Formats: sequence, C-alpha cells, structure tokens
Amino acid sequence: MERILSVIVNDRPGVLARVAGLFSRRGFNIESITVGSAEEPTYSRMTIVSHGDDAMARQMVAQLMKLVDVIEVHDISREKVVSRELALIKVRITRETRMEISHILEPFRVSIVDVGHTSMSVEVTGDTDKVNALIGLLSPYGVLEIARTGVTALVRSGISEMDAYDTRQTAWPM
Amino acid sequence: MYETTHARQEKREMTKVSLGAELLCELLIEAGVDTIFGYPGGAVLPIYDALFDAPIRHILTRHEQGAIHAAQGFSRATGRPGVVLATSGPGATNLVTGITDAFMDSTPLIILTGQVASEKIGSDAFQEADIIGITLPITKHNYQVRKIADLPQIIADAFHIATTGRPGPVLIDLPKDMMSGPAEHCTLPEPAPRGYHVPNAPDPQVLEHIAAEIKRAKRPLLYIGGGIISSKSSEQLREFARKNQIPVTSTLLGLGAYPAGDDLFVGMLGMHGTYAANRAITECDVLIALGVRFDDRVTGKLERFSPHSKKIHVDIDPAEINKNVPVMWPVVADVGLTLHGLLALDCAPDAVAWRQQIAAWHEEWPLSYRPAQDGLKPQLVVELLAKATKGQAIVTTEVGQHQMWAALFYPYTRPRQWITSGGLGTMGFGFPAAMGAQVAMPDQTVVCIAGDASFQMNVQELQTIVENKLPVKVAILNNGFLGMVRQWQQFFHERRYAESRIGSPDYVKLADAYGALGLRAANAQEAEAIIEQALNHDGPVIMEFLVHEEENVFPMVPPGAGTDQMTLEWEEA
Repeated sequence: MERILSVIVNDRPGVLARVAGLFSRRGFNIESITVGSAEEPTYSRMTIVSHGDDAMARQMVAQLMKLVDVIEVHDISREKVVSRELALIKVRITRETRMEISHILEPFRVSIVDVGHTSMSVEVTGDTDKVNALIGLLSPYGVLEIARTGVTALVRSGISEMDAYDTRQTAWPM
Repeated sequence: MYETTHARQEKREMTKVSLGAELLCELLIEAGVDTIFGYPGGAVLPIYDALFDAPIRHILTRHEQGAIHAAQGFSRATGRPGVVLATSGPGATNLVTGITDAFMDSTPLIILTGQVASEKIGSDAFQEADIIGITLPITKHNYQVRKIADLPQIIADAFHIATTGRPGPVLIDLPKDMMSGPAEHCTLPEPAPRGYHVPNAPDPQVLEHIAAEIKRAKRPLLYIGGGIISSKSSEQLREFARKNQIPVTSTLLGLGAYPAGDDLFVGMLGMHGTYAANRAITECDVLIALGVRFDDRVTGKLERFSPHSKKIHVDIDPAEINKNVPVMWPVVADVGLTLHGLLALDCAPDAVAWRQQIAAWHEEWPLSYRPAQDGLKPQLVVELLAKATKGQAIVTTEVGQHQMWAALFYPYTRPRQWITSGGLGTMGFGFPAAMGAQVAMPDQTVVCIAGDASFQMNVQELQTIVENKLPVKVAILNNGFLGMVRQWQQFFHERRYAESRIGSPDYVKLADAYGALGLRAANAQEAEAIIEQALNHDGPVIMEFLVHEEENVFPMVPPGAGTDQMTLEWEEA
C-alpha cells in the first residue's frame, strides 16, 4: 500500500542525502520526497511517499530512526491527513482551445500564472489524484511541461493520538 | 611561504591560543585515547605535527587498511573504541573496507580523516575525496568540521555515538585549515547529539511474559551473538543459562561469550555450525535470541529456519527486530539488563529430555574430521595451537576455510578472545587485527590463524609488527588455494578450480627478510615442534603449515538450503 512518512530531521547540510541514501540502499522505493522548514527553526520536515507492506514500512521507520539526525518518524499512511501537492503545468493553447481549457480549469480552482500566444501555465494545488486528474484532462491539448513538488502532508487536527512508532522504546509484537 | 614549527610556536605563545590540531589531540587524550593507528599525508600534517609532542602512541602501519583493521583488533580486544587516522583522498578511501567491516560487526571506531582546506572543498583539489558522501552508508554517523569551535562537541558526540547503543564506526573529517588554524582551549563537553537515543532497560511487564514463555518451554534454546560481548553481559548469560539449564548455541561473533566445553554449549550454528546446534535450532520450541541479527549465514533458507519455535528477540537496535525473521516477543533493550531482569524471575523450564536429545545428537555427529594418513590436516593444526596455548590465546583470523576451522576447533572460553570478520568477511583482516590486539594486550599471546591467500592481502604489516616488537604468532594454513572458493567450486561448479589456485612466497625467507622468525611444518610432529618453538620465541613468528589441499569444512549447510539440511561429509557424485 501507499506509505506516507512524516519525518522531522535536524536542519543540517547533507541530511537529505542521508535519508535518500538509506532508502536506496535498503531497496525501498521513493515515490516522492519533500523537505522544508518545520515548526522549529532548527528542524526540517520531510514527507516521504513510498510503497510497501506493513513489515517493510516498519523497517523504513526503524531504519530512519537509526539516523542520528532524524528526530521523529511518523507513519501517517493510515491517518486522516491533509496532503497537498503543487504542480505547474504548461499547456499548449490556440485561439480555439483557449476558452475550452479555461472551462476545464474552473472546477479545479487553479490559478493561471502565465499566458502567452501558444501556451499557458497553470498552478494547481491539491491531493495527488486531483493533480493527476487535471493533467489527464489537459493532455489532449498538449501538455508541454510539468513541474510537481511531490506530496507534503500533516495529520488532521482532532485526531487523538498519532500512530507514532517510537522505535527507541518499544517494538511491535507480530 | 612555509612556516617553521619554531615560528608557529612563537606565534602561539604570543597569541595564547592553540592550533586546531593541538586542540584535537587534547580532546582525544581527554576522551581516553592512548593509541592511534595511522598513516600521514599532506592534509593531516598539522595533526601529525601536534601528535609529535602528544602523549599518544602512534603506530605507523604500511597501508591505511592495515591501520584500520589494527584499530578494529584493538577495539575488539578491549571494548574501547579504536582510533585510526589517515590523510585525505587515497588515505581516506583506503579505509573504506575497514569502516564497512566495523559497521557490519558493530565495532566502535573513531576514524579521523584529513580533508583539503575548506575553501578547496568541492574543487577536485589534489587528494580530495568526498569521504563524507562515500561513508554515509557505512558509518553509524559522520561529521565534517566546518568551524573549529564545533570540534569539542563533535568529538564528545562521536565517542558517545560510537560506543553506546549498537556500537559502530564514526568518522570525523578534518579540513586542513581547521587543524592549522587557531583554536581556543577547551575541555570535552557533555555529549549531546540531538536525535540520538539509546534504549536502556526492558519493560518489566514484557519480561514477565517472556519468563512465563520460557518456563512453559519443552525445548528451549539460547541463540547468542556478538551483542552479548558488546554489552558486556557474558556473566549474566552464563548465570541465566546455568540457573535455568537452557542449552546455548552461538553465532560466529558470539563465540567466547559462553564457554566452549560447558555441558550446555551446543557449539556454533549456521552454515558451518555443528550438527547438534543446527538440529537444536530446527527442533526447539522457544528460541531466545540475544544480541543477534538472524544473519543469512545463520538462518539458511528462512522458511525452514526454526519453524516450530516461539521466538524471543532481545536487541538494542530496533531495526533488527522482525527484519529477517518475525518474532513473537521483541525486546528493544540492553541485553545485559534484560538478562538481569530475567534472573530475578522464575524461568526454569522442564527440559531434561531436550538436553538428553541434544547430547544424543552430539554423540551421533560430533565435530570431527578424518585424521591424516600422511601430511597435515588443518583442523589438527588448530587443535595443536589450542593445546599449546591452553585455550587461552587471543585468536584472530582471516576469512575462509581456516576461519571456520578456527571457529570450530579452538575452545573459546571468554569474551574478546576471538576476533574475526563476520559480517563483511574481509580477507586481510586477521593479521593487522592481531597486531592491534597485541598492542592493546601486550602480555597476552595473540595468534593469527590465516590462510595463505588472505595473509597475502596485508602481508606488508609484517614490517609494522617487527618494528613495534609485537610478538604476534601467525599460523598460515597453506593449502595452495583460496580454500573456501575452491570448496564451493568443488561442490557447486564441478571441480572447475577457476583462479582459485594461488601461489605463495617462501614464508620462511619472507619472515627472515622482514626480521621475523619463519618456521615451516609439513606433518603433525613438525607442527607440534614449531608451535612450541614459536610460543617460546619472544618476537613475531610466521608459521607455515603445509596442509591437505582439498580438505573441506564440514558440516555445511549449502546456500539456499535449510539449517536442517546439512552436508556432513562429502560424497563423491
């Protein structure tokens, strides 16, 4: 199943390489990885999207926790989360298709960030399905370029206890 | 313009500050370092200049690989972190095999590497290598000093990380300008690596469940590994096994944690484990795994590994739990504290029949070999070495057939007596490791059991042991082959001995050329005589034993088979 790991790390040079290197050498795939500042200025939050069964997810978490620069790891795959991805999509336009495309864009609440004679660029934010859907609808017109950020996510508020594996104190009976 | 040492000293006195390299030496001394294995070069010249006056013994090896294996030997013999120093670029990359070896076998090491000056980093400068990037996957953690003010905290954290939890190698990369630039005197701060925690005592409730599980067992088995040695819990293990009369099998790295020859000891398990050990692990109903990682050389085919047992796994590294084998009772804790907790509980199972069964297996297939009609059997050499050293020597090995014979036929009775490369299987490990162990333990007999092929991988360290008057005794079991490769070619490649026959120099002359004593034996009487001569000689000795070329290591679990599918003797197809 799809796995979303939310990881708090020390904001130090090379930490992304440590995390990404761990995934590749252990044979875990990375679908996407995003990094940015976290609530505390000396921390960063990474959101890693991967695939794997429960045993593999536990290994990912446990191996991540071994990295000295990793402060916390949360497997939020089964949580109610707010997950967002941002994409910039440059689509080909002609005088005829311009209006048509604008109609397609409407329900997606996207912003048109650049318009030229032959193409326009739109910005879409949402979960991965929404971004994929929009790309699917635009592709018949000719999608010229796509830049996606990958998923970033937070657990929704009001959820009681996060399913945090504090791997340093406990382990999980099978 | 070059600045002379004298001019630097004057400047130092004027400014009242020390140099980065001097601060490094002061901090290392404060951290308890008295010995460094290393090799100088351009980028570490400021450090060597500081070491020149420092009360630290520096052992100059002939290759950085020799230095790091020596540091590993030092560490494995003492339990203290070994320290190795190498220059930037090739000096650092020559350490990579040793770093990986230490990582796989959880050996605490502090690796100091030189680096080009800060402003040159990234420019492909002379002797520059990205050793931080290179060693990311093979160190427990690594650091590059970017501000000299960070050095004290880095040193404190590095020693803490290397020696606590699951021990391992920690590398510190030292740009040249940091070492030759000014630094303020400072003592070692408290370690405070943010994000690093070590599990400590186990949950008492879990211990009670485990105790009940063990008490209910009919066929309990203790499966112990290197974790017993690194957590210094050999005494608790002995007490626990004896109190509850539970048989013990050990991994390669766990040998010595439980004394060989004890009634409850079943021997080593796994690919070349004893018949009794592998039958026991297959038939047991409660498996108590302590400080082990269910390595594939132990488990064989996973589906056939200990299929009837409820498994208890105690390890300080949470990532080892359920990594290879699912367990019922995981305990992420110090194994010594866990045993301590269990000793207070009633665990004693009723397992008389089980112990009788194990004894019967031992009787049926004891560890043995066919004695030679003529010539010399390698197993006999190990037995003679054990006899002559009264089983008390520190034994290191290279990697291959001789390693397995040394594991099986020498009786290890105490922790840190047995030093071998388990996880990585590094040929060239044993001889420099013996050197390091001898440096650490000058009053003990250190024997390196080597193969002719492995020994040649770091033979240059002969010069180091001679120069440093280290009385290491090397026993080369010379069969003219890469023995284990040949064994596999015999079994699995129709005896096509592709590139496994290997020549040797005249070891007696070689020893002589380096200033060591060289001896040779071709039969049992000669072997006994030269071993005695070697042990009575107070300098380094190279003993060459011309042994049967096509002798094989048995028992053997062929790759891909289960531990119950042992080959006990080779039958010609």
